[in-house]
Amino acid sequence: MSKYYVNKFLYTVDRDPELLRRYKEDPRALVTTWEQSIGPKLNDYERSTVHALTDAEREALIQHDYVALFEMGAHFFLSLTIFIALYDEEYMAKHGPLSFQREFAAKLSHWTGKEYPSVAT
Amino acid sequence: MATLAAVLASTHHPFYLKATTAPPEQQMPQAPEWKRKVEAYRETLTRAKPDILVMVGADHFHQFFLDNYPTFLIGKARRYDATFYNEEREFGLPKYVLEGDEDLSGYMLQGLLDREFDFAFSNELKIDHSIICPIITVRPQADLPVVPIYANIFAPPLPSPKRFYKLGRAIREIIDSYPSDKRIAAIGTGHLSLELGGPRQFGEHGPDPEFDRQAIEWLANGDIEAILANVTHESLAKAGNATAGFMDMILMLGIAGPEKAAYVDNLDLFHTMEAYFTWYPEGAAA
Repeated sequence: MSKYYVNKFLYTVDRDPELLRRYKEDPRALVTTWEQSIGPKLNDYERSTVHALTDAEREALIQHDYVALFEMGAHFFLSLTIFIALYDEEYMAKHGPLSFQREFAAKLSHWTGKEYPSVAT
Repeated sequence: MATLAAVLASTHHPFYLKATTAPPEQQMPQAPEWKRKVEAYRETLTRAKPDILVMVGADHFHQFFLDNYPTFLIGKARRYDATFYNEEREFGLPKYVLEGDEDLSGYMLQGLLDREFDFAFSNELKIDHSIICPIITVRPQADLPVVPIYANIFAPPLPSPKRFYKLGRAIREIIDSYPSDKRIAAIGTGHLSLELGGPRQFGEHGPDPEFDRQAIEWLANGDIEAILANVTHESLAKAGNATAGFMDMILMLGIAGPEKAAYVDNLDLFHTMEAYFTWYPEGAAA
């Protein structure tokens, strides 16, 4: 398990409009590209060999599965921000303001009153 | 010596600007009241006539990430760019360039090190909405030099509530001893109960109205004893997964000292309780 690497995916994609567009249009292709050429980058030249996604993490990212990501302990701010970027506009147009955010909350309702999975890394 | 002219602690709500500048027919019903309250709060800073702003916030994975996330960091640069692409996109926040004050940054950093707060520093810091939100609410002309301070309320493990208070006390001592005739205001933002990316997010109120009520009372009374007796990382997490932002409010109370606030206001909004506090330290001609 690598919460760090899941967070690195969310962080690097959310801050880059082009990667974000590709993550919306073809998540599987973008996740593959990310694992090959973006995730391992420590900076423009240096590469890191430390982290890798598990199959479950990869699948959660490909499926835009924010419930699974919450349950894995992905950072709540990164997860909320990136999925708002992907879905807020279309939900807003169809169902009004905050409809995506409220659906997001409802899908996690089984965690109400329980201790959440830790986001500590 | 410098004068600590005012201490402001408030919640920050990145949607304030969007909510209050949308065309009237698209505004939420509370927008006019929200704007009135913020403008009244702004006046508590204006009348303190500050020359420099010491600003406390937290980087939300904008410049800093988990490969190198600072527990405490101070900006030490002649100016600061502000607002990242994803903040413009999500919140509609404009970009800013704020002037720095290298002399006070350097004095503050040395003073913190001397008091055993071993800060990280940045000579090239781009600041995020934790500092831009209060610029928009209390100093929208963005015309004063700033000294940005980040404390980690965001990427656990976090420092203890007591450590936030002690850091505030240290910052107060350093401002009080700064050899300058400038008037300094300290402005920090955090949260009351808040949930982001969890089951209690974006409800009709904040996730824990009882915590909010109590937290406002504690801060209004400057009751640090009650805060330290009741607030732990666990109690904050119970009140909402982003409620750790309350520790930046504790830090601000450390700067003000355990005194009653001179100004207290709040607004129950969807999603979160907004709250606004100002202290005028003794001797400050406000």
